[in-house]
Amino acid sequence: MKAIVCVKQVPDTSGKVAVNPDGTLNRASMAAIINPDDKSALEAALTLKDATGCEVVVVTMGPPPAEGMLRELMAMGADRAVLISGREFGGSDTFATSQIIAAGIKKIGLDDDDVIFCGRQAIDGDTAQVGPQIAEKLEIPQISYVAGLEKKGNTLVCRRELEDGYMMVETQTPCLLTCLKEMNTPRYMTVSGIMECYDKPLEVYDYNALKDDPLIEADTIGLKGSPTNIFKSFTPPQKGVGMMMEGADKATCEKLAGILAAKHII
Amino acid sequence: MATFENTKLEDFKGVWVFCEQRAGKLMPTDFELISEGRKLADELGVELCGLLLGDNVEGIAKELGGYGADKVLVCESPLLKDYTTDAYAKVICDVIMDKKPEIFLIGATNIGRDLGPRCAARLHTGLTADCTHLDVDVNKYIEFLKESSTLDLSAQKFNMEDRNLKMTRPAFGGHLMATIICPRFRPCMSTVRPGVMKKAPFDQAKADACVIEKPAFSLTEADCHTKVLEIVKATRELVDLTGADVVVSVGRGISKDVQKGIALAQELADVLGGVVGGSRATVDSGWLSADHQVGQTGKTVHPKIYIALGISGAIQHKAGMQDSECIIAVNKNGTAPIFEVADYGIEGDLFKVVPMLIEEFKAVKAAK
Repeated sequence: MKAIVCVKQVPDTSGKVAVNPDGTLNRASMAAIINPDDKSALEAALTLKDATGCEVVVVTMGPPPAEGMLRELMAMGADRAVLISGREFGGSDTFATSQIIAAGIKKIGLDDDDVIFCGRQAIDGDTAQVGPQIAEKLEIPQISYVAGLEKKGNTLVCRRELEDGYMMVETQTPCLLTCLKEMNTPRYMTVSGIMECYDKPLEVYDYNALKDDPLIEADTIGLKGSPTNIFKSFTPPQKGVGMMMEGADKATCEKLAGILAAKHII
Repeated sequence: MATFENTKLEDFKGVWVFCEQRAGKLMPTDFELISEGRKLADELGVELCGLLLGDNVEGIAKELGGYGADKVLVCESPLLKDYTTDAYAKVICDVIMDKKPEIFLIGATNIGRDLGPRCAARLHTGLTADCTHLDVDVNKYIEFLKESSTLDLSAQKFNMEDRNLKMTRPAFGGHLMATIICPRFRPCMSTVRPGVMKKAPFDQAKADACVIEKPAFSLTEADCHTKVLEIVKATRELVDLTGADVVVSVGRGISKDVQKGIALAQELADVLGGVVGGSRATVDSGWLSADHQVGQTGKTVHPKIYIALGISGAIQHKAGMQDSECIIAVNKNGTAPIFEVADYGIEGDLFKVVPMLIEEFKAVKAAK
């Protein structure tokens, strides 16, 4: 039994974000971090490992420097890592990305009692699409927005969050779950984990390693294989600066209330 | 079933909207998307069709006509009573392969965002997530860019004949906007952010005229690999941020006395007949429940009055509220970015300013 965790390295958009004059993101100026929801996915897998002794495999698609992130995840407790990396994979949209990662998971090997964990969504694109699309490509069930998980044998019962409550959903392995931050608190790296992480196996799958899979075709991967294209990208304009009130006392508040009343806003 | 060649673009016609129901009730996003879909269908000169799945749901279908649907396709089965990915994706993909719509819109709810990618992957087509603006007509798109972008349009070339759906969405937490197209495959699919598209006025005559059609489909237990054991509605009443005329939001600025800060915001909201919202920081810190969150990862609001108390105005937050009609900000830091979008700003301590605002607003209300 394996827990396979799909992770993504993303620019940290919570701090200052630099935009180039041409409207693209200045990635060089931003720190690369592990996508926050993916840490919860790893924690869910490590919790399963604590309970069952299963193997935890982390997999990502990205440029070679993503190895650093994979080492970090192994320092947190993952047993081995797979980096899917190749120029042919560049420019992939969610559809093409899911084709490639699904092919990578097939190469790792998906057994009957395996569970795939993804984060709900990545903070750079916020699409939440790659997880469900991997599940479709692997023809396995998915449960998204998972906030809780119970596994008995090959049966999983998940708490799936809705806007107005939640549902309890049951399925069988192999299956794919997308995990919410609310699910757990990710553990930290340990000192021994950091010592061991460079000795743990890290495999790189390039185009040649995956090209025999039927999912990998010139017209299903990379920029050319992506059904969606960027038509325009732009920065939104700043709204005109409003009126800064003078002071912050009773007179200020009275004046503001007066303006709002005169304009029939209140 | 007819052969499904998703690259033969000319075979695809019509705008479809997935109309989500929970416990036999239509969702507010259904009406928003039908209203928006009507505009797109008119620009293309095609039919607008709702797609409704459930068990015994035919009775609620006609209401969709009142917002602009020409037709509603109703698929009923006990296996479709509650949403499951497998059952819904199978029925929807089968009906789409048979009838070939050009555009398929889905509300970006927790269910829509589960269903959309699964269907797009099966149909081998593109899906754009969480869209906030849609255009077919190029002139309308250029008008939109004039208002909503910093692009120099004189330097941009457009093909005026372009009939692709142009789907605009925020990326990188709202720092960038991207317009996405799906030029080679059909249907062109998009999930649309709830609360963004405006609902059209309801028209009873159009509702009465709406055609109900029940397409053939096959669905058996063997197609379903997930089972819903239980659905639990939140016992606590959820705050209706998107429907409120007044939203009073709090941010990190209440940290020195969280309870008092929230109580003050609530009192101010009560005076104005509004509700309390919060920034991501207040939800992440557990001060407010997730349904209160305004911003990129929370809700998009455009109330008549938005009052930001102790919110610095991270771009993620601004993305969710900057289209409010009147924005009032109170913050200790006079250079906080929230003042860039505020119509009225007060630089001061919210714990001192808000009680005075409550008093003055009360006085104005009493004088009316």
